[in-house]
Amino acid sequence: MPGKLKVKIVAGRHLPVMDRASDLTDAFVEVKFGNTTFKTDVYPKSLNPQWNSEWFKFEVDDEELQDEPLQITVLDHDTYSANDAIGKVYIDIDPLLYSEAATVISGWFPIYDTIHGIRGEINVVVKVDLFNDLNRFRQSSCGVKFFCTTSIPKCYRAVIIHGFVEELVVNEDPEYQWIDRIRTPRASNEARQRLISLMSGELQRKIGLKVLEMRGNAVVGYLQCFDLEGESGLVVRAIGTVCTLDKLSNTSAFLPACNSPSKEMKEIPFNEDPNPNTHSSGPSTPLKNQTYSFSPSKSYSRQSSSSDTDLSLTPKTGMGSGSAGKEGGPFKTLLRQQTQSALEQREFPFFTLTTFPPGFLVHVGGVVSARSVKLLDRIHNPDEPETRDAWWAEIRQEIKSHAKALGCHAVVGYSESTSICEEVCILSASGTAAVLNPRFLQDGTVEGCLEQRIEEASPPGCGFCHIPYDELNMPFPAHLTYCYNCRKQKVPDVLFTTIDLPVEAIVIGKGCLIQARLCRLKKKAQAEANATSISNLLPFMEYEVHTQLMNKLKLRGMNALFGLRIQITVGENMLMGLASATGVYLAALPTPGGIQIAGKTPNDGTYEQHISHMQKKINDTIAKNKELYEINPPELPEEIIGSPIPEPRQRSRLLRSQSESSDEVTELDLSHGKKDAFVLEIDDTDAMEDVHSLLTDAPPPSGFYSCNTEIMPGISNWTPEIQMFTAVRVSRLGNINLTNQTLNKNFNDLCENLLKSLYFKLRSMVPCCLCHVNFTVALPEDELVQIAVTAVAITFDKNQTLQANKAPTEKSQQRASTDNEEQLQFPLELCPDPLASQPSLPAKEVLEGATSQTGIPAAQRDRCNSWIELIKLKAQTIRRGSIKTTASLDKTSPLAEGYLRHRSVPSCTNSTVSVVKMTPLSFLPGAKITKYLGIINMFFIRETTSLREEGGVSGFLHAFIAEVFAMVRAHVAALGGNAVVSYIMKQCVFMENPNKNQAQCLINVSGDAVIFVRESELEMLPVQPSTVVSQPTSSGGDVTT
Amino acid sequence: MTSDLDIFVGNTTLIDEEVYQLWLDGYTVSEAVSRRLRGGLLERSGTSVSVLQSDTRDHFRTFQMLERLLHSPPRLCQQLLFQIPPPRQAALIQGYYAFEPALARELLGKKLSKGTKKELDEVSARTGLSLRACRRQFDNFKRVFKAVEELKGPLAELIQQHFLLPPPLARDYAAIVFFANSRFETGKRRLQFLSFGDLAACAQHMMGHWTQGAMTPEAAEPDGDVPRSFLQDLKELKVLVSDKDLLDQHKSLVCSALRGKISVYNEMETNFKVLDPCRSDHWSLGDLRLFLGSYTTAPRALGGFRHQLLWERYMAGISACLLRMYHE
Repeated sequence: MPGKLKVKIVAGRHLPVMDRASDLTDAFVEVKFGNTTFKTDVYPKSLNPQWNSEWFKFEVDDEELQDEPLQITVLDHDTYSANDAIGKVYIDIDPLLYSEAATVISGWFPIYDTIHGIRGEINVVVKVDLFNDLNRFRQSSCGVKFFCTTSIPKCYRAVIIHGFVEELVVNEDPEYQWIDRIRTPRASNEARQRLISLMSGELQRKIGLKVLEMRGNAVVGYLQCFDLEGESGLVVRAIGTVCTLDKLSNTSAFLPACNSPSKEMKEIPFNEDPNPNTHSSGPSTPLKNQTYSFSPSKSYSRQSSSSDTDLSLTPKTGMGSGSAGKEGGPFKTLLRQQTQSALEQREFPFFTLTTFPPGFLVHVGGVVSARSVKLLDRIHNPDEPETRDAWWAEIRQEIKSHAKALGCHAVVGYSESTSICEEVCILSASGTAAVLNPRFLQDGTVEGCLEQRIEEASPPGCGFCHIPYDELNMPFPAHLTYCYNCRKQKVPDVLFTTIDLPVEAIVIGKGCLIQARLCRLKKKAQAEANATSISNLLPFMEYEVHTQLMNKLKLRGMNALFGLRIQITVGENMLMGLASATGVYLAALPTPGGIQIAGKTPNDGTYEQHISHMQKKINDTIAKNKELYEINPPELPEEIIGSPIPEPRQRSRLLRSQSESSDEVTELDLSHGKKDAFVLEIDDTDAMEDVHSLLTDAPPPSGFYSCNTEIMPGISNWTPEIQMFTAVRVSRLGNINLTNQTLNKNFNDLCENLLKSLYFKLRSMVPCCLCHVNFTVALPEDELVQIAVTAVAITFDKNQTLQANKAPTEKSQQRASTDNEEQLQFPLELCPDPLASQPSLPAKEVLEGATSQTGIPAAQRDRCNSWIELIKLKAQTIRRGSIKTTASLDKTSPLAEGYLRHRSVPSCTNSTVSVVKMTPLSFLPGAKITKYLGIINMFFIRETTSLREEGGVSGFLHAFIAEVFAMVRAHVAALGGNAVVSYIMKQCVFMENPNKNQAQCLINVSGDAVIFVRESELEMLPVQPSTVVSQPTSSGGDVTT
Repeated sequence: MTSDLDIFVGNTTLIDEEVYQLWLDGYTVSEAVSRRLRGGLLERSGTSVSVLQSDTRDHFRTFQMLERLLHSPPRLCQQLLFQIPPPRQAALIQGYYAFEPALARELLGKKLSKGTKKELDEVSARTGLSLRACRRQFDNFKRVFKAVEELKGPLAELIQQHFLLPPPLARDYAAIVFFANSRFETGKRRLQFLSFGDLAACAQHMMGHWTQGAMTPEAAEPDGDVPRSFLQDLKELKVLVSDKDLLDQHKSLVCSALRGKISVYNEMETNFKVLDPCRSDHWSLGDLRLFLGSYTTAPRALGGFRHQLLWERYMAGISACLLRMYHE
């Protein structure tokens, strides 16, 4: 009996009217954990009941504590008939199970009903007393910390990075059980919510056990996903990176690396290069391995005839071994051996991290990916989910072998995903092949010495770009040159990766979001025929996505992609591919050549004219983009250009018309003898369309930048003003006679319009950057395309960019005293909310606008100036009355470190609801994360049978997403936090049936709850950071009471 | 390719003041879009009409969801669904409860009933306000009226507390409630020249001088009513008019007190008490003030008049009102 869970139900507010006669409600609460249920008394005739219950105590195993959610149900007492449920709150008590996180959960939670949405709020306090467990064979893994963040969390140090951990659990989906035919939609939804909550608890516990086995104490980059396989069941799977983390005792001494990652941007002086265009190569540069496999049955997959390398430009020629460079050679070998030994013990040397401690990443090979098409069938024995395990194991093996082919022993920035349509499922995995520094992988390596040697061997700013494979025996054709930074090692001409831009990377200019979009029609088919046709289409899609990415990259004058994520979505009659990445210009890589258009019929005059017109347009666009993104690379002397490289085999467009058995691809030399530019062959109208579509991507309006990585290269002076948002669009592809071209155009327009409307909506934040722009595509029905975007807009200070550039000599000093500098950059920011920070100015404006329009006398208008203050006072007094009960609880809660400090700031005391920031990034600009409170992983279902009355599909989903945000914020606030970082909406499954006036939506979100403190406030505090903890608890009483 | 579903949800609720005003003014989405277009937004932001439509729809949907909360402003501040910075919340409330004085003038003193609501289309035609905006404002009056109807204490403060309104706006609402309660007929032709501002000020003076709240703060009766006891007492004052003796004495006392001080002395005798004659005789505001002061204090010297306190309380209210009303 190793744990005691204690729950107290304090009060409710804003409950819905349940008794029409009296316009009131007789509410009581059921508190359920596992199989035990407690009830409060009925609080009669009130919409704001004060239960003030005793402590309900549950004595439970810690295994149960990890698996089960606490379930709180608010009901309306009815003497004569069954009690009506008002709604529920599920509380994940996991954050209370490890010592460093929260110690109490206390606050107002929205009461949620799957049919009616949020119906009032309930105030709850939850505590856990854990006893020491002496049982060595325990099934629980309390104490293992989980982080969604894909980098080492800010207030920790990585002692060892152990490696990959994965697990999955399966179950029957309650929605598809026979009982679902006779129960209400509400009961069915609740059964599903509860089951998934249980399954994720179980999954997390099992992963925790593996972590303990590996002697780690934390999982970083934890990614948990659901596969709704319909009839065949429900799969919850997770991957992550096991680490041993050490809490940094003095957080204020810790440099906020996250906020100034791009400050390191340097401009390395180069000599003049008279001929900058001579070192670019053909199209075949995506460093990418791919596999497509399809196994018709659940058992062993056999690869289809059209499998991998021939199509994917990556012949599995020699393994990367032996020396690559001159000076670094022997050391590299040594390093490789060490890494190898460290990684060989592992089945899968994968890392879900995308950002690494300095020195961890030695070389990057390129993107590796694998996809496989499977037919789903019922999972017969949920306790033995071998089939699904085998599927993933197979894919991971592929990834591993691709990485080897690139001369790499590890895969970083690794992720897995699925796309399901009916009984067909595409499993995808991708990552970046890399060579890692063994120092972090093993215990007790001599740190200092090795680190020094690495820095000698490969300069930090370019080392990761140097090829890990053998240049004489390259895995794929590429154009190699000597590194433009150190000129000692070879680099490829283009680099694609799935990771974030390393902090130390030297970048020229700014980056930008690059997307490749593609649709392919497919015939409707059943079972195996369907799966076969899908797996036959996949290589073509993958190839075209890459061609598009490459073209768009060149069009922007850039040479590397980071954060590449390719999503292939399967629908009933089409496949959709969407690739997003952030393009940058790496100083270490050569300048990309232009794009050359070549016509097929050279004798036709008008055609020639047309071609030359297009060529001019392309050249203009490139020139414009270079200016826009400030890409002015220094020119290079000729002598270092080029090296003996294999003749690049140009295969630009030829695959389009090939049959899938492309083992004997006819090789066409499209280079026209010109090696200096990327050649686009215009051989048919399709190709023409493609060139056109290249040029339709409108650049963001001035003042806007966008990227899908954590940080935008070239921008460093962020202000604390952030706005996280989710936008969803569902479009109907009306036409019956759809062709690939019209589809492509529609899809392209849909994405472009969505981006445009985001820029318009956020125009008040200019100059601003959309960071971590994450698109997800779904094909919910025959003719419907759904796109969901989550991103964060961050305002930056334009003037200071110039300043920073003007004073490059001070950079070393700047870095040494980052804290001081930060303070200068983020002027005293007293209010925790971004919008509050621009004082009441806009409000006054609207006020004046309104008054002058409505003709209220001028005298009144003058009096209005002080009314906001008065309202503040009012709000405060009201609050004093209403949350008296929580005030005393706040004292015992762990709302330490800055959380209360924010409340104590006078300008914010008027708010009864504490502000909770949300961001998909792992950091908050201008702030320091002082504590991680635990993982947030929530799953909600919402259903309606009165779609029109709720404002149609838009009204329905708008309200639901707002509700999801509200519930996330409430949970974070109850844990004592003031922000969610690494927030992600992993799933948004929306289904509608307008004829029946019905709709249903499932949303799954996750993130890390944290406490942050503004850097400007940290500066104002006394030197010892420990006082921060005690201060607010003592003063907290006065503030909140 | 048509968009069936198109939404944008920010962690901090995005509010566009311009669109909010258009929504408050009662425009439909398409009307609002064309208004925004006319404002030159397209040129300034370089976007497309479809983007503008989607943006407007989104804002309108947000406002519709917020409307329920705006009906009870303290809830807007407590709710968890929309994260809105407090200054922005205050602006939303203020905008929602702001009203067109012309509309308020029309409704002043009328019963805030369904019948009155049905007449709003006429009001809409007269004031140039859209019917939707008229209805919202009418509903606001009614909501505020209902909320404070049964409560005790100073009206303006009660309204401020329950609706978190800025004090000047709360005072205006107090006036509306006062008139709705006491059903003064402000629609009479002779009173047409008075604006809402005039009448609101009068209401404040009457409340200030005559209501229970003004006498004892812990009054038992709501502030919107002039207490019955006071009205009863006023009957006693009739002696000043009905008793010929007293009337004459009173008149002569006032006259003697003011002799030489008022430029229009000659006419004064004849126009005891009524406003219109004063105006036709071109009294100055100062003259009127002197006259009323003297008129109030004079009965102190009258023998047999025992209601001096009551009289002065009555006259304080009347004087303030008359002074406010006395303009062109």
